[in-house]
Amino acid sequence: MIFTINILKEAIHMKNNISDSINTRSGIWGLNKIFPRFNNKGNKVTDPFWVIVNKEIADHIISWRFLILVSIIALTCIGSMYTALTNISNAVSNGNLDDSFLFLKLYTISDGTLPSYFVFIAFLGPLLGIGLGFDAINSEQNRGTIGRVLAQPIPRDYFINAKFTASLIVVSIMFFSLSLLVMGIGLISIGIPPTPEEFVRIIIFTIAGILYVGFWLNLSILFSIWFQQPATSALTSIAVWLFFSVFFSMLVNVVFKVLVPSGNISLAGEKLRLGILRFAPNQLFSDITTSILMPSVRSLGPLTMQQVQGTIPSPLPVGQSLMLIWPQLIGLVAMTVICFVLSYIVFMRKDMK
Amino acid sequence: MENNIIEITGLTKKYDSVPVVDNLNLNIKKGEIFGLLGPNGAGKSTAIRMMLGLTEPTSGTIKICGESSIHNPIKVKKQVGYLPEDVGFYNNLTGFENLMFTARLNQIPETEANTRVKQLMNITYLSAEANKKTGAYSKGMKQRLGLADVLIKKPKVIILDEPTIGLDPKGVKEFLNQITGLSKKEGITVLFSSHHLHQVQQVCDRIGLFVKGKLIAVGNIQSLSEKLFSESPVVIEAGIQYPNNNTKKANSESSKLTEIIKKLKGVTNVIPKDNNSFIECKKDLTPIIAKTIVENGFELVSLNKKEYGLDDIYYKYFEGGNTYEK
Repeated sequence: MIFTINILKEAIHMKNNISDSINTRSGIWGLNKIFPRFNNKGNKVTDPFWVIVNKEIADHIISWRFLILVSIIALTCIGSMYTALTNISNAVSNGNLDDSFLFLKLYTISDGTLPSYFVFIAFLGPLLGIGLGFDAINSEQNRGTIGRVLAQPIPRDYFINAKFTASLIVVSIMFFSLSLLVMGIGLISIGIPPTPEEFVRIIIFTIAGILYVGFWLNLSILFSIWFQQPATSALTSIAVWLFFSVFFSMLVNVVFKVLVPSGNISLAGEKLRLGILRFAPNQLFSDITTSILMPSVRSLGPLTMQQVQGTIPSPLPVGQSLMLIWPQLIGLVAMTVICFVLSYIVFMRKDMK
Repeated sequence: MENNIIEITGLTKKYDSVPVVDNLNLNIKKGEIFGLLGPNGAGKSTAIRMMLGLTEPTSGTIKICGESSIHNPIKVKKQVGYLPEDVGFYNNLTGFENLMFTARLNQIPETEANTRVKQLMNITYLSAEANKKTGAYSKGMKQRLGLADVLIKKPKVIILDEPTIGLDPKGVKEFLNQITGLSKKEGITVLFSSHHLHQVQQVCDRIGLFVKGKLIAVGNIQSLSEKLFSESPVVIEAGIQYPNNNTKKANSESSKLTEIIKKLKGVTNVIPKDNNSFIECKKDLTPIIAKTIVENGFELVSLNKKEYGLDDIYYKYFEGGNTYEK
């Protein structure tokens, strides 16, 4: 736990150094970039945007909330790693198609007692995003700090942009460290290094996870601008999350059961049902993770007998898997962008009292 | 005209077509301490936020240091320090760190910022508390830290929105002294909003009375009272003993007296209230009034001459009702 946090702190420190060196106006440009210590520190002027980002990152890392979120996620990771490692020998002997991707199994297998790593991420990711964003703006308003910051000579959108950037940086660092830690532990315990393809798949999975958390982060920032009370915005975000993860698919299935009597399932109807289900961000994320972490997944929708006939059952190369999930990936990015644009507009028009 | 550091013309802000600030025209000279005096909800804070470009006006123009707050708020904010009402700090940071954050936002180089923050904490008597978290600061300390925060960018103008709210009398005095000292020493223009007339009276060179979105009068205290009370600068309060066993009779007696006094030369208005009569006159008529009352057979109990202070200006205009209610 402490180890993870230390790594994160180190990473932030490095990040700061990098941004410092980029923004330094004195000294030889190239040299500064490589050796931050050559900066003439006293005359250092950082762009106000990165000043806010640095402060926000520091705030997140020392906050109790972040420590609690990180510990929950780290603990579940350890749990899922443990089940994965104890069951990996059984998983291989089944003669499955994905056997050649032993390393990816670390992220996907479970013995039924504890969900696997990627299920945990899909479940706890939104909580992390909501936790980092739900009081982004309204708490500053309630504390009276926003007026003071906006009275400084900075463009108004720096504030919300910096908040988003800082949270996203924190999430990225955390997710990459977790993914790489799982990889490292797996490497030590099973002794088989990941193939380059597996490595690429894990990196794509991590990036997709960051995007997914980014969506929930933006949604909760939007609510934090709309609602005066942090508790209201947190509850609303959690309500949306619950709606999508529990009730949405239930609702869609019930409606389709009424409309389409059993035994009458048509290809078009099934495609429509899946299409509607994919309005939920968690459905998009689960599509992405399954096809990225299980190369044998060839399609995310129904296939006709004609389509399946004559195919050789083999795993897809990473490029093809990526192509399979491209629409989902774009959809997730689009949802995130829509949320951000909405919060941006609401924030810029809001009267800061 | 070029002496005016703040020029506001025709500034209007409407919320749902209800004007909060209504056609405000105001010029403030360089180095002046200007007090914007008004009751709660008069639109002072809205006007101030528009000056900083934090709220967009419905119409009108604002120029501070020659820059438009509407079109170029960043340039304005470089020159103007603003202490919001109920200022807040990041409680998990120390006072020093909070000020350094502001300095960095103003792109002040690190070493310069360091010395400047230390210097300002010295001026505001916060050096001993510099490394305490601001969560542990008292209200007065926070307000002084706010002043230091405003001064980091070396502003030409500082705007303080209700800076003395929640301070004890000693704190208010110290704070106001600091503001006047700074203004005189560094030639900083100060715009200061308040609903505490005594505080405004103490420090401001000029005062603007701001009521219901309108600036009804501008000037120093003397000219304000001359302007507002040119009709009747003196009020005499006469206490009279009426026969108290008969209310009806007392009432008729009271109105009879009112009629008699009204006929006196120089008396502009008489307002009876209980056993007292408030007599507004153009000059000091105390002896004549006393004589009249006694000669008409009334029992004079007390006679009080009242002169106008800012209190009366305040009540006359802010409360909107009878000047003598209080």
